Amino acid sequence: MIELIIFYVFAAVLLFSATMVITARNPVHAALFLVLTFFNSAALWLMAEAEFLGIALVLVYVGAVMVLFLFVVMMLDINVAPLREGFARYLPLGILVGVVMVAEMALVVGAEQLDVGLTLTGGGAADTGESNTRLIGSVLYTVYVYPFEIASLVLLVAIIAAIMLTLRRRPGTKHQDISQQVRVRKADRLRMVDLPSERRE
Amino acid sequence: MVELSDYLVLGAILFGLGVAGIFLNRKNAIVLIMSIELILLAVNFNFIAFSHYLDDIAGQVFVFFILTVAAAESAIGLAILVVLFRNRETINVGDLDSMKG
Repeated sequence: MIELIIFYVFAAVLLFSATMVITARNPVHAALFLVLTFFNSAALWLMAEAEFLGIALVLVYVGAVMVLFLFVVMMLDINVAPLREGFARYLPLGILVGVVMVAEMALVVGAEQLDVGLTLTGGGAADTGESNTRLIGSVLYTVYVYPFEIASLVLLVAIIAAIMLTLRRRPGTKHQDISQQVRVRKADRLRMVDLPSERRE
Repeated sequence: MVELSDYLVLGAILFGLGVAGIFLNRKNAIVLIMSIELILLAVNFNFIAFSHYLDDIAGQVFVFFILTVAAAESAIGLAILVVLFRNRETINVGDLDSMKG
């Protein structure tokens, strides 16, 4: 019973902050509410005994991705007013589409349909006594080792793409041109000047 | 006891909020990326709930990969956004009409 209450409290805060993400006027507020959303999701994942992913969500998402979001939002000097136009116009359509989708999905996955069969196992991973991280690691590096390596490749491509997109050569900067330095000849740098020696008085 | 359908309905509502966010903020590219993050989070909720109630660890491994791809996606999206702002001085999606035929 207490578990259900905790679940509903976290779910209520989660849905409130997700609503604020899409309706906040200031993008910085939206990013901060997204942080709150991720924190509550991590708590709910802990309740579902996905401890490793809950911590990974906080560390990777809140710690890295959302900081990147905030960095970009604060770096860009955005004029918010023209971005908000059409908000009121599309509000009924957005609410309609959202409510219809939620209602349809709730009809499919609601309590009446799903009670049979799926809660029979019920216990989750708790009864084996193994830690969640150990369980994930034991399949991640054996069964899913090729997807794991492909995931690392995806991250490498993302790094290269992000750097190449934002790299720019400014004309004024001073940097070494190695090939030009190696190719240089004596005649390019050295100038022999013939000066008459000074006469002693 | 928390039922499986509780998690699934929560994921459905989160997904609906993400889709509604794309409808509402169709001019603001940053909030569009945030709405995509909400949708991916809803998908992760479904995976974790089924992984818990079916007692199968594969769902959590899949969430791990989804997190990886989502992080890469948002990094590239934000890089594109920075380049866009540098070139056009705006992130208004409505102004991006230079490829109009």
